[in-house]
Amino acid sequence: MSDYRIQGATGEWEVVIGLEVHAQVTSKSKLFSGANTEFGAEPNSQVSLVDAAMPGMLPVPNKECVRQAVRTGMAIEAEINAWSRFDRKNYFYADLPQGYQISQLYHPIVGEGSLLIEADEKHGIPEDKVIGIERIHVEQDAGKLMHDQHPTMSYVDLNRSGVALMEIVSRPDMQSPAEAGAYVRKLRSILRYVGSCDGNMEEGSMRADVNVSVRKVGDTELGTRTETKNVNSVRFVMQVIEYEANRQVDVLESGGTVDQETRLFDVAAGTTRTMRSKEDAHDYRYFPDPDLLPLVLEDDFLEECRASLPELPDAKRIRYETELGLTPYNARELTHEVETFARFETLLSAAAGAIGKSEADVATQVANWALSVAPGVIKSLGDEGDASHATAERQAAILAMQGKSEISGSQAKEIFEIVLKTGREPDEIADTEGLKQVSDTGAIEAAIDEILANNQDKVEQYKGGKDKLFGFFVGQTMKAMQGKANPQVVNQILKDKLA
Amino acid sequence: MTDLTNLGVKAIRDGVKAGDFTAREVAEGFNTAVAEAASLNAFIVATPESALKAADATDAKRAAGEDLGAMGGVPIGMKDLFASHGVQTTAASHILEGFKPEYESTVSQNLWNAGAGMLGKLNLDQFAMGSSNETSAFGNVSSPWRKEGTNAAMSPGGSSGGSSTAVAARIAPAATGTDTGGSIRQPAAFTGICGIKPTYGRCSRWGVVAFASSLDQAGPMARSVEDCAIMLGAMAGFDPKDATSLQMEVPDWEAALSSDLKGKKVGIPTEYRMEGTDQAILDSWEQGKAWLKDAGAEIVDISLPHTKYALPAYYIIAPAEASSNLARYDGVRYGLRDLPEGAGLQDMYAETRAAGFGDEVKRRILIGTYVLSAGFYDAYYTQAQKVRALVSQDFEKAWAKCDLILAPTTPTASFPLGSLNDDPLTMYLNDVFAVPASLAGLPAMSVPAGLNPNGLPLGLQLVGKAFDEQMVLNAGLAIQERAGFTHAPEKWW
Repeated sequence: MSDYRIQGATGEWEVVIGLEVHAQVTSKSKLFSGANTEFGAEPNSQVSLVDAAMPGMLPVPNKECVRQAVRTGMAIEAEINAWSRFDRKNYFYADLPQGYQISQLYHPIVGEGSLLIEADEKHGIPEDKVIGIERIHVEQDAGKLMHDQHPTMSYVDLNRSGVALMEIVSRPDMQSPAEAGAYVRKLRSILRYVGSCDGNMEEGSMRADVNVSVRKVGDTELGTRTETKNVNSVRFVMQVIEYEANRQVDVLESGGTVDQETRLFDVAAGTTRTMRSKEDAHDYRYFPDPDLLPLVLEDDFLEECRASLPELPDAKRIRYETELGLTPYNARELTHEVETFARFETLLSAAAGAIGKSEADVATQVANWALSVAPGVIKSLGDEGDASHATAERQAAILAMQGKSEISGSQAKEIFEIVLKTGREPDEIADTEGLKQVSDTGAIEAAIDEILANNQDKVEQYKGGKDKLFGFFVGQTMKAMQGKANPQVVNQILKDKLA
Repeated sequence: MTDLTNLGVKAIRDGVKAGDFTAREVAEGFNTAVAEAASLNAFIVATPESALKAADATDAKRAAGEDLGAMGGVPIGMKDLFASHGVQTTAASHILEGFKPEYESTVSQNLWNAGAGMLGKLNLDQFAMGSSNETSAFGNVSSPWRKEGTNAAMSPGGSSGGSSTAVAARIAPAATGTDTGGSIRQPAAFTGICGIKPTYGRCSRWGVVAFASSLDQAGPMARSVEDCAIMLGAMAGFDPKDATSLQMEVPDWEAALSSDLKGKKVGIPTEYRMEGTDQAILDSWEQGKAWLKDAGAEIVDISLPHTKYALPAYYIIAPAEASSNLARYDGVRYGLRDLPEGAGLQDMYAETRAAGFGDEVKRRILIGTYVLSAGFYDAYYTQAQKVRALVSQDFEKAWAKCDLILAPTTPTASFPLGSLNDDPLTMYLNDVFAVPASLAGLPAMSVPAGLNPNGLPLGLQLVGKAFDEQMVLNAGLAIQERAGFTHAPEKWW
């Protein structure tokens, strides 16, 4: 249970949140036409006759969009409906050429599923929580109105018209801004793993309608909700909830009622305002699209969809913990973003190969390097470094030298700095710059002999039981070796000679 | 060479191929006939150059010894519901006046590919909504037929009234039609010609202005069953651009035509014996049974118990789809835009659609909007869909007893233009026998059966199993051979 509460004058209130996330399906062409979907093209340059709703034009479903929706459904372990149907949602607007949006109201392609948000005490999520997902359906996006092109008229850009969206509808299972934020992040992560949506919220590839209501702690009935449309970042989603919950509590505590209405988020002010009330709500006159047959998914197709799914975030995180022995924190950090785990896995494989050990044996070293050491060096160098020099092979070479104790941790960092600055090869740097530990037992033995000879009194004391002096001998040896001696070798020889 | 205009599709195609005359001579003959028949108002736009160009191409092919195609050298009329590249395409509505598509409908392209040429765009009821061709924004079409002893202009039927008139008046050897709830069959019956609506999905709807998507189906209208078979073969075919298109081979209907019905059973639906049906129609139905029996068929009584609910269901489903299909005519991208000074978007919609749509179209948009509204949807639309399923089921059960159904096409013969304008319900009843096959998506054809006592043509309707156009055409041929319908309207135009 979330402990997020709003302290009102009349008592404590809790918040109930449901999210409808619109995710643009990654596909070269639109849901029902062959037009291109690339972001940022010249207005009206990616519009087919179908998208412009010319007379007699007909929609033909794009199999790739269907496939992506099915794969997404499988990734949230949802029921896949082998029989689904497209419906028309009718309303007039200048950005909607057909006068209706093709969507799926009555029989969505994906049914009940769920998603896990992980405990994150620091951010107000005390324990793991499963958030229910009611459905995923596919639908067409609308075009875009441009109001700044002409003094008295608005222009219409139909590039987005007909682009495929998945609408992912959660259950009202979230109870704090943190949970909602974690839900959107996790959903985004899954979509990006699956490859069904690029998750780019700035470009509008993912946006959320945020449903919020409040009720007194202990109440079981849901309060009246508001829906804030088109919120396009995790931070904004959290802001909307924070604002709406407090606003609703204020309204209710001052004797008012919350109107069931659609609201807009004002990014600059961080507030929401009424867009349209329930009374102005459209009657969308949904009915099955007579241009399209029901969508029937064959077993082969479903099998292909399932077989094409990658390892998903939860499975990967658990495998990192159990098979690679990583800490829960490291496992979570590494698996959140597709790019992060991809880099990690490439480096892990290269490093294991270079060191000559199993991946599990070197995973912790590589994880620490990838999550903390390397980012630290890159950050401290700033503009002086060029991250493109930090190839997996070079980093693996550094990790290999470190793994074989040829270099120390601080030498590893120094070498990496030079790599970032110059793009030179780590082995060459270590040799040329003298950044190598001495493991030559002869040299170390000679130094130790000299130190022990010069410190006979301390040798006696050590042998007499003063164990702490061992550190003194190590320090002296390292000093004599100018810090380049391999500490393990030093330890071993000292132990032998003092035995 | 005016007698060339008395020829049908097969005779022209074969004559051009044999070198009896050139395609150009044929096109010129029909171009002249079209020009002389302006008073019938069958065409919204005539395209004589287009017809000549196609004819010349055919003649050139012949000279080069190439294949002329199934429709080689045949000029036809194109119902103005099919998009014609670069030629005004209006659906007979003011809202699309001046609209010239940048594309060609699949069906018309198929016909051009088969060697046909275009005489022009044929008038119709606005957006194919009507049964008399009186709802066109480009004026009524007059049937070439007249009631014996009167000069009153008669209805050519609708919505394919320009098509029926053009074919009956011999100003086109054949024409395309579309049938949503009888719009090929009823006008064919009214004008003494043949017309077949194939199985839903046989002809692509791509590029055909939509009325009711789940019902709309294109088909040929011509003066013989053979001509219909030839032309349907050229029109039909799978089209990946239409998601409801049938992914099936198109049979060679012409080659397989046979009027021998031995071993076939013809069902006579008791429920089609409706009050208000003309005696002459009932008589012709009896005659039809006798003809089919003579052709070797066995006549059996069948029951289609949900027939009486079909028409009401149709007048819910078709307007519901139309109300949504016609939302795109909004003044934003093409066609009419009525934008009063200082008006906003909502005003523009209201003004444009008020000025652009005719009364019948508005009536159906209102009905359709109403039946889809929250609170009414289940009572109307859902209920109508259930009826539709039951009507289909009726036919499925009937096929256990028969191979084909024989019924009248219409309850009456043609009526004078203007006589039913104030009575939309009686007007809608014109389609009472046609609508069940539309709801079930079945192939159905009207063939001329004779004249009524007033000298007006009557049609008989044949309904077949899904995909079995051949059976329908064969039975049509059997009737054609026995009816010997050679009547032609006397030229008064």
